[in-house]
Amino acid sequence: MEEVGANGRPGTVYFFGTCLVDLFFPEAGLAGIELLRREGLRVVYPQAQTCCGQPAFNCGYRDEALSVARAQVALFPEPWPVVVPSGSCAGMIRTHYPELFAGEPDEAAARGLAGRVHELTEFLVDVLHVSLVDRGEPVKVTWHASCHAMREAGVAAQPKALLAQLANVELVPLGRERECCGFGGTFSVREPEISAAMVEDKAADVAATGAALVLSGDGGCLLNVGGALERQGSRARPRHVAEFLLERTRGR
Amino acid sequence: MGADGAPPPGAGAHGFRARATAALGDPQVRANFRRAMDGLMAKRAALFADPAEWRAMRALGASIRARTLARLPELLERLEERCRANGIEVHWAETTAEANEVVLDLLRARGATRVVKGKSMVSEEMHLNDFLEAHGVESLESDLGEYVIQLDGETPSHIIMPAIHKDRQQIARLFGRKIRDAAYSEDVDELTATARRVLRRKFEEADAGISGVNCAVAETGTLVLIENEGNGRMSTHVPPLHVALMGLEKVVERLEDVPPLLSLLTRSATGQLVTTYVNMISGPRSPGEKDGPREVHLVVLDNGRSRIYEDEELAVTLRCIRCGACMNHCPVYTRVGGHAYDAVYPGPIGKVLTPQMEGVDRRHELPHASSLCGACAEVCPVEIPITRLLVRLRAEASTRRVGSTVLGAGGARSGGEALSWRLWKRAFGSPGAYRLVSWLATRLGRLPVPRLGPLRAWTSVRTAPRPARRSLHELAREKGVPDA
Ligand code: SF4
Repeated sequence: MEEVGANGRPGTVYFFGTCLVDLFFPEAGLAGIELLRREGLRVVYPQAQTCCGQPAFNCGYRDEALSVARAQVALFPEPWPVVVPSGSCAGMIRTHYPELFAGEPDEAAARGLAGRVHELTEFLVDVLHVSLVDRGEPVKVTWHASCHAMREAGVAAQPKALLAQLANVELVPLGRERECCGFGGTFSVREPEISAAMVEDKAADVAATGAALVLSGDGGCLLNVGGALERQGSRARPRHVAEFLLERTRGR
Repeated sequence: MGADGAPPPGAGAHGFRARATAALGDPQVRANFRRAMDGLMAKRAALFADPAEWRAMRALGASIRARTLARLPELLERLEERCRANGIEVHWAETTAEANEVVLDLLRARGATRVVKGKSMVSEEMHLNDFLEAHGVESLESDLGEYVIQLDGETPSHIIMPAIHKDRQQIARLFGRKIRDAAYSEDVDELTATARRVLRRKFEEADAGISGVNCAVAETGTLVLIENEGNGRMSTHVPPLHVALMGLEKVVERLEDVPPLLSLLTRSATGQLVTTYVNMISGPRSPGEKDGPREVHLVVLDNGRSRIYEDEELAVTLRCIRCGACMNHCPVYTRVGGHAYDAVYPGPIGKVLTPQMEGVDRRHELPHASSLCGACAEVCPVEIPITRLLVRLRAEASTRRVGSTVLGAGGARSGGEALSWRLWKRAFGSPGAYRLVSWLATRLGRLPVPRLGPLRAWTSVRTAPRPARRSLHELAREKGVPDA
């Protein structure tokens, strides 16, 4: 049985940081942990974690993906929820682990993990029902919906619901919001010309909103769109939603 | 495509990437596709505004197609039997070459030298026009879009709107150049009238009409064909001989399966509730009837479909009703257009279908030409999990699995790529190795490195990614976040 604290909330959660957050956006990972701790949860971060295995899986290298995924599955033995600051990696675990581990000795463990994985904003909204108090200056932001968050993890409304709680944050809709930014993991280096055309358009759409920040819940998109914005000399900056939420609500 | 000895269409300087790059550099291609796809997406969205209705319709469409495929061999036999009973002669063709011969034999036996054609993607698979022309038969496309591209010596760039890559001005210039006594005009109605004038005469003169089939009903032996221009009805009713072409997956079981599928098809394809014409062809002219063809023949083409059918997961490819919604919503297709794929079927479904028909070894580039964003699968009216199939085909291309029925399986294995993934597995598969990799990345990752290979590709339009100075692992340890 899952350990449940007061008001039906879990008492302890695991945090799976993902490799991109680990290496490129560690502050976003810390922010995610802090957002959970602030709600009175104990957060466990297994130090042996690496990557969900998605890069190899998506390229068709299933054996390699399985062996990396297997190393992760073993790290989350307790029935606690696993919170992930990425829609893409949460989607990988939830949707693809069951098939990746089909017929393997650790299939049950993998399915168990898949069943208790949550993307961070989804967890904050749907499980913790957090309420946020904005303590920041007025700012204009726009939201980039990652494809895998929307379509693999089914996370779309939650991050916006959180932003809507912030009184001084104006969320400007992004043109063609549901269109891919062109990252796609290895796609960005296998088909660099097409990927470039996609991210240039995305960066231009971001710039057209006049927002100071483009927020997203996925590191890959942030690297991609952020890099293009910087190259285009745009003043809009990329920011992981976890980091933004913490910044806005942290008491001084 | 890819005749014996020719380099695989996916390879080298003539591959997908080169063609895509050329297309990306063509402002006309970029603008035409963007405009057209934005319009099509908006039209479709307006007709599926109610998510609950969409989910219900789509579930029904998927279940009809799934039920059909589950009984495909039996339904095809039934179709043949019912068609014969209706006076429609049925011919089976395993390859496109066989299908072409069947058509040519039918024409020759009746001395037919002038053919009008309705739109048919199967005829594109067969390269039927070229084949017939080479054998002295004039084969004229009568769908407006098909007529335009035939006039310009091109192939379709979209399965529903074959001339979508051309704008009004380009068509005006083409007509001015190619059609005698056509006054130059950029007015759509005048352009249509010009084509109509040419085609009217051709319908009257034609010895035979050739058409595609949207679905064929097994229980009644009915061929269903939808269209907006009336050219389909003309091609199938005016000439004395009608030859219908269909892929073997196009069968459905019952008449009542047709309306839901057509409704999904027209809404998804062009954002129409219904097309202007719905033709239900159930046989040749009967004694006493005043019009209709004297003979109707149905050519059922395999061309790799039964091989696709053998694989349990890949068989869903055959659910496709050719609505084109996946391409309309594809961010890659929207930017490179249909011709970059060098395939009969472009876009997402083409990336799934083409490698299976022509070999994953030869066309391995196609499944990789996707960011796996999933926009295609999200709009597919028969729930084909396109991204999942792309990933599967990537795996089939690089690894020969025992028992694989996929054409060319394992044939695109690259030692370098396999080695990279083995190294990746080493680095990410054990905590110790990963600690070293992440330490190196965070400590040295900000040093200037030569921009070669992937980094060069990345930095063409982006600044280089800069690893953080310390990893989350380190920060979490520092903040006392427990490990267990
Ligand atoms: S795969 Fe689906 S969306 Fe694409 S053409 Fe076929 S039915 Fe339409």
